Amino acid sequence: MGRIALLGMNHKSAPVEIREQLALACRGEVHPLQALPRLECVGELYVLSTCNRVEFLFTCEVIDPAVRELKAVLMNHLGHAGADDLDQFLYLYEDIDAVEHLFRVASSLDSMVVGEPQILGQIKAAYREATEYRTVGVILNRLLHKSFSVAKRVRSETRIGSLAVSISYAAVELARKIFGDLREKRILLIGAGEMAELAAEHLRAQGVRQMFVANRTLERAVELARRFKADSIPFSHILDTLKSVDIVITSTGSTQPILTHGDIKSRMRERRNRPLFFIDIAVPRDVESRVNEIDNVYLYDIDDLKGIVELNKEERQREAERAHHIIAEEALKFSRWLSTLDVVPTIVALRRKAEIIRQNELNKTLSHLPHFSEKDKQAIVLLTESIVKKLLHNPIIFLKKKSDRDSRQQVMDFAQQLFNLTDGAELNGSTLEVEEAAYQGDLEAFKFGKK
Amino acid sequence: METVLLITTTACYLCGTVGYLIYLFKEEDPIHRTAWGFLLLGALVHISAILARSAREGHLAVSDSAEALSFFAFILVTTYLLAQIRFQIRILGSFVAPIAVLFMLGSSLLPADMVPKTGIIKSAWVALHVTLLFSANALFALAFSAGVMYLLQERHIKRKSLGRLYLRLPSLERLDRINYVCIVIGFPLMTLGLVSGFVYAGAVWPSLWSWDPKEIFAVVTWAIYAVLLHERLAVGWRGRRAAWLAIFGFSAVLVTFLGVNLFMEGHHAAFVR
Repeated sequence: MGRIALLGMNHKSAPVEIREQLALACRGEVHPLQALPRLECVGELYVLSTCNRVEFLFTCEVIDPAVRELKAVLMNHLGHAGADDLDQFLYLYEDIDAVEHLFRVASSLDSMVVGEPQILGQIKAAYREATEYRTVGVILNRLLHKSFSVAKRVRSETRIGSLAVSISYAAVELARKIFGDLREKRILLIGAGEMAELAAEHLRAQGVRQMFVANRTLERAVELARRFKADSIPFSHILDTLKSVDIVITSTGSTQPILTHGDIKSRMRERRNRPLFFIDIAVPRDVESRVNEIDNVYLYDIDDLKGIVELNKEERQREAERAHHIIAEEALKFSRWLSTLDVVPTIVALRRKAEIIRQNELNKTLSHLPHFSEKDKQAIVLLTESIVKKLLHNPIIFLKKKSDRDSRQQVMDFAQQLFNLTDGAELNGSTLEVEEAAYQGDLEAFKFGKK
Repeated sequence: METVLLITTTACYLCGTVGYLIYLFKEEDPIHRTAWGFLLLGALVHISAILARSAREGHLAVSDSAEALSFFAFILVTTYLLAQIRFQIRILGSFVAPIAVLFMLGSSLLPADMVPKTGIIKSAWVALHVTLLFSANALFALAFSAGVMYLLQERHIKRKSLGRLYLRLPSLERLDRINYVCIVIGFPLMTLGLVSGFVYAGAVWPSLWSWDPKEIFAVVTWAIYAVLLHERLAVGWRGRRAAWLAIFGFSAVLVTFLGVNLFMEGHHAAFVR
């Protein structure tokens, strides 16, 4: 099973209707992983299904037939849509590209909101499912574990997730730098508008419980109050409310500032100087810019926020490049490990051949020596075992050492000719077990990097 | 032996400082753990040095400026270590650790044992007096660090230039809170420390108050913190002004503690120089 491939669709490649169908189907009664025993060309399999992506990660000998089989599974799940319909929405990554893609997804570089942390949890859950269905083996086990550590590295070594790139989110980040915990804070929303409402929603998500809305038109105020579970206050009471709220979002159509320097300065004493944060999203502005000069009062208008977002976008671009570098590096390391697996069958064949010879010769010798006691026989068995082990030690080390070089094919060919490993047909029950044990042993050794 | 211990201590604090300064720009758990570990190790070596010396001298080893500085550095680091466990304010270490190193270096540069020992110092009252005041001063040093961080962070937010440091510093409200808590705990300790000093002075000298420069500066410092606490509690001062006052207060602490020791005469000089 030498190759890895990834077949899937995400929010960029497929419209939401298709993704919904697929995600629903994957969460249905029959898990796609259950299809694995029926798939002849697919080795190991792992399926990730979230509302933004559905991805099949698998190992195989030859990719094309395996992809055909998996597409058939997809069709089966979707029920009606034809293969041609689906093809245009799917992407396929092979070998190192597949590894890189998985790392990108795990590090949240491929997410709709880059840097959002949920995706790693979703991948871990999907991996747990795959282990429950026993559809992942040596390769995918290692690959998925690797993806967790790569995601951790990207998160700790780059700031990809900590840069706000929308105006409303930048405002919320600022609020957190002023107030720390926002749960006990009170918000006043003056006027309405897409961005102001978005900011209010972000604040709700941060745990804000108490919110007030003020609007010149009563119906709008009532509607907003219902939407944010807020209290509606009359427009004329805004100044009084300033005594008790902590964050004010303004977004009215007024041509004159509705909050002046004097209005606010005179209320700071009553507030006992508790900090007050104004987010002024209106154009023209609703809050006089001099307000920012008052102690413990912070004012950000739309241009300030835009400036932050622009800077963050540039910064994020740089951080993304660093993240890609980390991912490329880790993917290369993984593919190097993967190529070392190629020599395992040669090593197994070598061990098997030696074992068969040992057992045959041992049986011949012992049958001529019936007067030997059990203890003597045991000593001879040990002797033969230790000769075989010592004789094979250096060739095996050599093969392992060459396993990540380009010349490994040549080395393997030589080894096979040197020991004449092709005619190992004379198998019996006991040697099969030996083979199994030796194979597992080699895999373990590779897993933990013991060479 | 004590010299070796003190040099080890300074080295540990220095490693801790370097770690914390790296941590300021590179937020990684292992860096913080290592830096914190160095400070802890330093504090343990330090206490053994102080105990060894105290045992030799027969009283708490604060009888000259070098010993006092070293003891203060120990109290400061210990206070930070405890504050870190309790409040998880890692970034404060980046400000406190360098102060500890400076004090240790200062301590090693000052000549030791210059004054003849008097019997006055051998009293539990002195140990109490010094420990209370130094603990208060250590808390004021934390308040000072929080104040500096507050001013830096507020500058970033007011001027709308959000640099790298902005991302690493905690929120304004948190810093203000640290400032407040340190002073609320530190002020009573300072008051008790001064009272114990006066009581003991009354017992060994003709009067409680003798216009000694150290006494005058100590009372001025106490008044600054009294004002700060009063304005905070009664008027609701906070933020920038409170931060400035904490910085101002700690400067007064340094003058009282070091300036007077080194540059002015007075009866404290009999056993602190």
